[in-house]
Amino acid sequence: MPPDGTDNNRRRFLTTATVVVGAIGTAAVAVPFAKSWNPSARARSAGAPVEADISKIEPGGKITIKWRGKPVWVVRRDDKALSTLTEVSDSLRDPESEDSIQPEYATGETRSIKPEYFIVVGICTHLGCSPTYRPNMITADFQGGFFCPCHGSKFDFSGRVYKGVPAPSNLTVPPHYFIGDGLVLIGEDGVA
Amino acid sequence: MSDKSTNGGLMGWIDARFPMTKMWEDHLSKYYAPKNFNFWYFFGSLALLVLVIQIVTGIFLTMHYKPDGEMAFTSVEYIMRDVDWGWLIRYLHSTGSSAFFIVVYLHMLRGMMYGSYQKPRELIWLFGMFIYLALMAEAFMGYLLPWGQMSYWGAQVIISLFGAIPVIGDDLTLWIRGDFVISDATLNRFFALHVVAVPLVLIMLVVMHILALHEVGSNNPEGIEIKKHKDENGIPLDGIPFHPYYSVKDIVGVVVFLILFSVVVFFMPEMGGYFLEHANFVPANQFQTPEHIAPVWYFTPYYAILRAVPDKLIGVIGMFAAIFVLFILPWIDRGKVHSIRYRSSAFKWLLVMFVISFIGLGYLGALPLSDSRTFFARVYSVGYFGFFLGLWWISKNEKTKPVPERIQ
Amino acid sequence: MKKVFIIVVGLLMPVLSWGAESTTYPNDKIEIDWDDKASMQRGARTFVNYCMGCHSAKYSRYNRVGVDLEISDDLMLDNLIFTTDINGDRTKAGELMNIAMTPVYGEQAFGVAPPDLSLVARSRGVNWLYNYLRGFYVDESRPLGMNNGVFENVAMPHVLVELQGYQKVKTIMQADGQGGEHEVIVGFELVKPGTQSKSEYDQTVLDLVAFLDYLAEPYKQTRKTVGTGVIIFLFILLILTYFLKKEYWKDVH
Repeated sequence: MPPDGTDNNRRRFLTTATVVVGAIGTAAVAVPFAKSWNPSARARSAGAPVEADISKIEPGGKITIKWRGKPVWVVRRDDKALSTLTEVSDSLRDPESEDSIQPEYATGETRSIKPEYFIVVGICTHLGCSPTYRPNMITADFQGGFFCPCHGSKFDFSGRVYKGVPAPSNLTVPPHYFIGDGLVLIGEDGVA
Repeated sequence: MSDKSTNGGLMGWIDARFPMTKMWEDHLSKYYAPKNFNFWYFFGSLALLVLVIQIVTGIFLTMHYKPDGEMAFTSVEYIMRDVDWGWLIRYLHSTGSSAFFIVVYLHMLRGMMYGSYQKPRELIWLFGMFIYLALMAEAFMGYLLPWGQMSYWGAQVIISLFGAIPVIGDDLTLWIRGDFVISDATLNRFFALHVVAVPLVLIMLVVMHILALHEVGSNNPEGIEIKKHKDENGIPLDGIPFHPYYSVKDIVGVVVFLILFSVVVFFMPEMGGYFLEHANFVPANQFQTPEHIAPVWYFTPYYAILRAVPDKLIGVIGMFAAIFVLFILPWIDRGKVHSIRYRSSAFKWLLVMFVISFIGLGYLGALPLSDSRTFFARVYSVGYFGFFLGLWWISKNEKTKPVPERIQ
Repeated sequence: MKKVFIIVVGLLMPVLSWGAESTTYPNDKIEIDWDDKASMQRGARTFVNYCMGCHSAKYSRYNRVGVDLEISDDLMLDNLIFTTDINGDRTKAGELMNIAMTPVYGEQAFGVAPPDLSLVARSRGVNWLYNYLRGFYVDESRPLGMNNGVFENVAMPHVLVELQGYQKVKTIMQADGQGGEHEVIVGFELVKPGTQSKSEYDQTVLDLVAFLDYLAEPYKQTRKTVGTGVIIFLFILLILTYFLKKEYWKDVH
């Protein structure tokens, strides 16, 4: 017990001031440790945007680019494929792409900047398998597009998911923009 | 014995199930420490602080470090350059390692000055000596991890010392290394020991060290037993509760320490090549030995003793004897007076001789050999061991001053 | 007390060893100005053009150098990146400064693999580097025709010889303190000039060493800035905790 005559107010003030400044210091010390969990320069470098040469893709053809460890497809859609986009709308779970991930410049039916070139992350939104590209697989309820062999999910030529399949949403479209002729940069939005 | 579980609210609920208030009182608010602690009494709490710093920074380093011969050195540079704030975490850990030994050596010196190892505190001293041993093992193994030239060759030299042990020496070194030379196998096991095993042992020993201390009560610069004079409530007349008085005082010590610590971390982390050795910025190369191999500065006193002895085996024995003799200090000192303040001038000179010898040995242990340096290393070795012999001799019938009953 | 002090100092005297006489030449000391980014940029250019054929800087990233030395990614790509990565694509600015020469090849070609230089300024020091790079001289007895006054019988060729020119060594015989004599270098004499004068070459080397100093610890300036802030904060905390302690300890006499 402190003896009589002690200035308890001074004690309380000094204690509070010290605790507050000490807490600020402790929080400040925690910051570098928390930040050390951020993606390192190595991760940022490996995750950097990737250039893709699309000049040699034939109509109806597709190439695969690796970006951030994921397969990204560039599909050169022909007129036949493009024409199916409006036809299959009713069979799709989310034709307006309201629940899926794509940049704002890749919405609508074509989900791309240029209708001819479709750029999409080739990972099924169900459980992560890589769907197959089936431009010529025409059946009663499928007009061609992407078919995932793992559990049978189907997507149209804009990666939009059909109704009645396990996958819950459309395939993801990554940020991208076209640089000059025949080159597209995947992983970054273009400057407006 | 009051039943804390009748306290109200949350504390009451906890106290009925766990001795929280009891522990708070026994070790802090009602642990009575002598009121005359001076500068030398800061180093115990500082050692605890540095232990925490090493554990926290060590954990964060382990998140990025790779304990593989091919990747270890690169992973350290990855931490320094590519990980956000990685350089700071690394410098904190490397500086902390040296700071730990500075603090611990001063803490031990306090014990030697004030007779803190004497009855009834021998066990505290023994636990402390085991902590010192564990600390040296921890630092030795930690130093291999960056896998630089000095890491590799320093470990090579020290482990090969075990080869001097007759009969089992070669098998022993093979077993320690896990390979015919220091290699990835050695690195990986040292990593496991350094990150998990020895820290657990250290923490356990520190808890025991503090429990043993609190059981008997702290010594003080006068060497007076404050429990001899208690008031009607059983509280030592010359004692004050650790909390708030020493908690508030130790915090000042902590801040001063952190200022000095920060000056090193931010402005001279290499400390002229003593905290971060220049040769260790070169990746380990088992085909190229550096010009001059020296252990890190905190091991140099023992290294100097090792090199002072012409025979390898006796040198190893001498080196271990230098540490062993500290263990039995409570029994070597047959004196009854605790504190240097009331002991003979013979004791004071002996302690001065010990400190000078230790520093001298440390300085020489870091340098390449020469004839004159070996001569002085032998002189200082005699001074080092001479302290213990001299203390044994004079402590039996020492001319001491009368020790007061109460702290002035 | 004074007597004690004198005796203590006296007992410690043997411990103080005289600094060893340096037997390498040249022997100058330099200071690196970390605010001189232009100097480090020139050094980066020299490094990439003359050194990176054999020496990697594999812990450093191009774009980090770019940010710290104020070189844009495009300038970096155009002027300082000459390699392709493991997939055969042009090395990107975010990648490490690696090279094509493998250590195995380097060892076959030179007898010892040219070391990575990311940390050489920390292991050798800037003075050593500055003197080493100016210390090459003609020596017919060596396989590559050159020797070095700082690093005797070095396996590295004098890569910068076209800038410095060829110099011959001037020596004298000196007693070695053990009854014998040995040859000591006391100077150089230029016998065939290069494209740079002595002071220009010294500047080129200074710039290169400045860059290597940066390369060894790119975050050095950040470290000092943060440190200043930390220590100021701790002094404020010290004032508060000190008065807090004094206030509570009024209870104790």
